Amino acid sequence: MQSNDYIKLQVCPVDDGTNTKTTVGASNLSFIIRDEDHTLGNSLRYVIMKNPAVDFCGYTIPHPSESKINFRIQSKTSEDSTAVPALDIFRQGLMDLKQICSIVLEKYEDSVKTFKDMETN
Amino acid sequence: MASMNNIRTRIKLEDTEILHTTSTNFPGNYSGYDDRLNLDEFRQNLQVQITSLDDTTSEFDLIGIDAAIANAFRRILIAELPSMAIEKVHVTENSSVLPDDVLAHRLGLIPLRADPTLFIDKVAADTKEREDDTLIFKLKVACKKNPKAPTDGDDPKKLYINSNVYTEHMEWIPIGNQITKFKPEDIGPVFPDILIVKLRPGQEVDLKLVCHKGIGRDHAKFSPVCTGSYRLMPEIILKKPIYDEDAEHLQKCFTPGVIELEQDNDGHRRAVVSKPRLDMCSREALRYPAFKDSVELNKIRDHFIFSIESVGALRPDQLFIDSIKLLMSKCDRLLQEIDGNINN
Repeated sequence: MQSNDYIKLQVCPVDDGTNTKTTVGASNLSFIIRDEDHTLGNSLRYVIMKNPAVDFCGYTIPHPSESKINFRIQSKTSEDSTAVPALDIFRQGLMDLKQICSIVLEKYEDSVKTFKDMETN
Repeated sequence: MASMNNIRTRIKLEDTEILHTTSTNFPGNYSGYDDRLNLDEFRQNLQVQITSLDDTTSEFDLIGIDAAIANAFRRILIAELPSMAIEKVHVTENSSVLPDDVLAHRLGLIPLRADPTLFIDKVAADTKEREDDTLIFKLKVACKKNPKAPTDGDDPKKLYINSNVYTEHMEWIPIGNQITKFKPEDIGPVFPDILIVKLRPGQEVDLKLVCHKGIGRDHAKFSPVCTGSYRLMPEIILKKPIYDEDAEHLQKCFTPGVIELEQDNDGHRRAVVSKPRLDMCSREALRYPAFKDSVELNKIRDHFIFSIESVGALRPDQLFIDSIKLLMSKCDRLLQEIDGNINN
């Protein structure tokens, strides 16, 4: 377990076309997420791929002895050549995954309660 | 050719291969389907049905969720939920036949009854035993000859005192405020009758057992579940009616209870699918040419039959709830970081 100042997420900056490296507004981004594996990688990939603004989303564990994943998002360029920033897609994906979890949690807790009520009667 | 809907919702079992295993329901893959994430629809479609639930085991169905998410819960159950286990053994005396390291390994695997939420993670550099991160047990057992033993028997349990060391011999030594924080029944091995080591007269173990909090990713002894697994709901479709001897033969191809024989009006016995849930998906039926065209075997892609067996420290329903919360906290953590690091 790490302390709170430990940085888990690293966003790899890309050239924005004017020779400055940035992560904000870039349509294609790579992320390095430390101390994560398929648990978060695959579930997050699934949720992000559900987003219609996404052209490609994938992740890899570069080496099994290193506890990190490389996560890549490329967003679709629309007809007027604008694209949703990859960072926004990433953030949206995390929020969606959290929402999904909270729905599962709510339904599961309800079911457990109903089951226990049924057993006591 | 399987219909589009079948490809999307079923995994097809063929005699030599399994088809349509990966989820493909993403936007842009199928015309005529809206595969965007719709949380309201997800909430409507999601079903949780609990089949059994007691202090240690639970089986429930999770319907309407993708394998990516269900698998995350399963992985968290096994490898990321914390529990307490013996991490260090201080050996003062060990004259048993088990070497110190083997004995220590055996001790590590003993499931402990202690609520992990009431403890914090041990800081690796901190060697002091603190009340909020460490549990201490003493295990001091010496074997002696039993003076009252019958002379003609050869049962070690009668001939010797303490010939077997069980988990019930472990004695909890509270540190600091633990004596008021916990009741004696809150802390201890889950089972009193786990055999740790056998002794003979003159042999002795005198150990101090130091327990820390940890997760299964670090060592399997910290995993709070014996098994946390899921399988997909089988679906068996009889495309043509199957009668009499063929029906009996078909019945034998499946796990007992899956196929039942029904008497129809003409006096024939007809095979019907009764409880597909029981099927262990052997695909035996597909080996016979007679059944190849009349039986279809599928698995329902989004119907997970979860089974959780706790080692005993926490209830299985609590474990599943914790696993969902842990996935949420992973998302939270990353959300905080992108909002903190947005300008670098």
